[in-house]
Amino acid sequence: MATLIKNKQITQDHWQTLDSQGETPHFESSTVGDWLVPLSVWTAQSHVLCARGGRNGVILQNTDDPQLLVNDFDRLALIAVHFPKFTDGRGYSVARLLRRLGWKGELRAVGDVLRDQLFYMTRCGFDAFLMRADQDGQSALKSFKDFSVPYQPAIDAGFRFVGDAKSVASAPSVVTVNPW
Amino acid sequence: MYRYDEIDERIVSERIDQFRDQTTRFLSGKLSEDDFKPLRLQNGLYVQKHAPMLRVAIPYGLVNSSQMRMFAHIAKVYDRGYGHFSTRQNIQFNWPRLAQVPDILADLARVQMHGIQTSGNCIRNITCDHLAGIATDEIVNPLVWCEILRQWSTFHPEFAFLPRKFKIAVSGSEQDRAATLLHDIGLQAVRNDQGDVGFRVAIGGGLGRTPILGQVINEFLPWSDLLTFLDAVLRVYNRYGRRDNIYKARIKILVKEKTLPQISKEVHAEWAALKGGQGTLTREMVDAMAARFTVTAYRSLADVNELLEAQRKAQPGFARWCERNVHAHKVAGYAAVSLSLKRSGVPPGDVSAEQLEAIADLADRYSLSELRVTHEQNLILPDVEQSQLALLWQEAKQLGLATPNIGLLTNIIACPGGDFCSLANAVSIPVAMAIEERFDRLDYVHDIGELDLNISGCMNSCGHHHIGHIGILGVDKAGEEWYQISIGGDQGNRAALGKVIGPSFARHDVPEVVEKLIDLYLTKRESQEDRFIDVVQRVGIEPFKKHVYGNVDKKQTNHTRPLANA
Repeated sequence: MATLIKNKQITQDHWQTLDSQGETPHFESSTVGDWLVPLSVWTAQSHVLCARGGRNGVILQNTDDPQLLVNDFDRLALIAVHFPKFTDGRGYSVARLLRRLGWKGELRAVGDVLRDQLFYMTRCGFDAFLMRADQDGQSALKSFKDFSVPYQPAIDAGFRFVGDAKSVASAPSVVTVNPW
Repeated sequence: MYRYDEIDERIVSERIDQFRDQTTRFLSGKLSEDDFKPLRLQNGLYVQKHAPMLRVAIPYGLVNSSQMRMFAHIAKVYDRGYGHFSTRQNIQFNWPRLAQVPDILADLARVQMHGIQTSGNCIRNITCDHLAGIATDEIVNPLVWCEILRQWSTFHPEFAFLPRKFKIAVSGSEQDRAATLLHDIGLQAVRNDQGDVGFRVAIGGGLGRTPILGQVINEFLPWSDLLTFLDAVLRVYNRYGRRDNIYKARIKILVKEKTLPQISKEVHAEWAALKGGQGTLTREMVDAMAARFTVTAYRSLADVNELLEAQRKAQPGFARWCERNVHAHKVAGYAAVSLSLKRSGVPPGDVSAEQLEAIADLADRYSLSELRVTHEQNLILPDVEQSQLALLWQEAKQLGLATPNIGLLTNIIACPGGDFCSLANAVSIPVAMAIEERFDRLDYVHDIGELDLNISGCMNSCGHHHIGHIGILGVDKAGEEWYQISIGGDQGNRAALGKVIGPSFARHDVPEVVEKLIDLYLTKRESQEDRFIDVVQRVGIEPFKKHVYGNVDKKQTNHTRPLANA
């Protein structure tokens, strides 16, 4: 059973996921529960989905254009980005773009999600992780603390490249190698 | 040199803890081979033919004597007594044991070094001109900018799983000694009419199977926008670079397939959203970074031309060494000195623990404790007082580090090749050594003049054979080692890719072919200054072909491997 980590805690997953394979079901106003569906299903059936009681979410493939969801942000409770292989890093950029476009809700990494990538994923804007089935949730939580300081800005400010007053003040005042 | 502060030290130390944990999980079976592989690669650890190979980053080529001694320590304690300087300003150890690698990394951290991102599909070690900061033709000192790039790229969360490796080189001089046009991104520091610093940005260069020169995507990128622009390039590459074929995954293929104008449009659209935001550099940040570099305590000296002239007259060997291995310095009274790691009987770039220690001593006594690593696999003492050159020459000679061959035929660049590397089709080092043996007469080599000879054991081109005046590439033909020879490649401002002269050769024939190429050159040159590459560019490759292959009917040799560049 895959573990869901949300806001750095192990939580119950209340969402039902519609597999992108197989026949696409038709949602009806009586369909209950929170549903996570592929972009194509969302595009085709968003009116029905929104007319029912439960919450709605979209799973993006890492080749989908996140721009397509901008106008739907207020109708969605969850956006997930699928990692087909953990070595396929496109999902990181998709997450950065979603955050830049103004997505403030839950951003979930799903698919080949392993503990050793959680630190980077978090810095790209993911706040929820549906771990690959073989991953141990408890030990995965440690990975959020792999590093205490990041060098570059991401969705956070990072260190040193944001005019960090401390790093400027702590440096000696004489310029010894002139970059100018 | 850049000095780590407490934060830099903490980041490296946290990395070691992380990797130690990952290694432990791997060895205990909790982490699979596939899941571990990218993790170890991004710590510089390959699994090679005989044992793992650990690649240690030498950021933009700067290294000090205590770091050099640490390399010696690692070579002795964890390896077989030697290390190998690569063509990317790194040092490699070929025989460490996997379980000990975290300990090696901890030892390296004591001297502010690491193996972070020296491998894997991420942004690799930033490389730079080996004369940065001391060159007489410098426009902008690139070192601080290199350090800014090092920090920006280290553990960049978005770009750790790119389609393929990503290499960035920086040059700040008129002469491009960093081969910037052969990198995924090449940055040439320039000034605009107002004197402001900026960068000419080239993208999509590279060697490998599809050698291509980089194309300029931004003629003048203001310094403050350096990181946001690179973020934009990397994001476009990360999203659209090919992932279906490892040989077509570099950014050069994306640029080639989509064309530069299209990529440029996408990069600039992305940059429009990033420009001026987080990651925009301020003067305070850059100055703070600059202030973390050590002071080079130059004495106020004058050039000693007369003394050197007299010493050169008295000792022809010294004169020859000065001509090849001593380089002009921007500070009066100083010179930079190349210690050649290329001498007969030794694999190019290899250096023993004893030599590493002796080199560290030389750096302490002659060069303010600092050294540089060059992409030609030699070392440089950057800050030598001119009056000390003759003494240094004597000592370097005794250590076997004074071969006066920088820029000459025997300064061969070679990858580790099939003796060590599991990717290679053929050996490189024995070929280099056979050529060196054949040209063991120094007078002859000097008479031949400037000539870059580069050898790669496979199409991955770690030996940069495409840009050698003479390039040798190992190819596999029905399980046998063959060598394809090209001529006319060049590096620097006149970067060019060599052309293959014809069907490949058996290993034992290679030295003779090189000799034939040189014979022909000697008959065609108009003066001593007319270099091999000048002659190739003037007369073309046909006369060389004819001289090498004689009147052999080309059709009969068609059974040999088709040309890889075709």
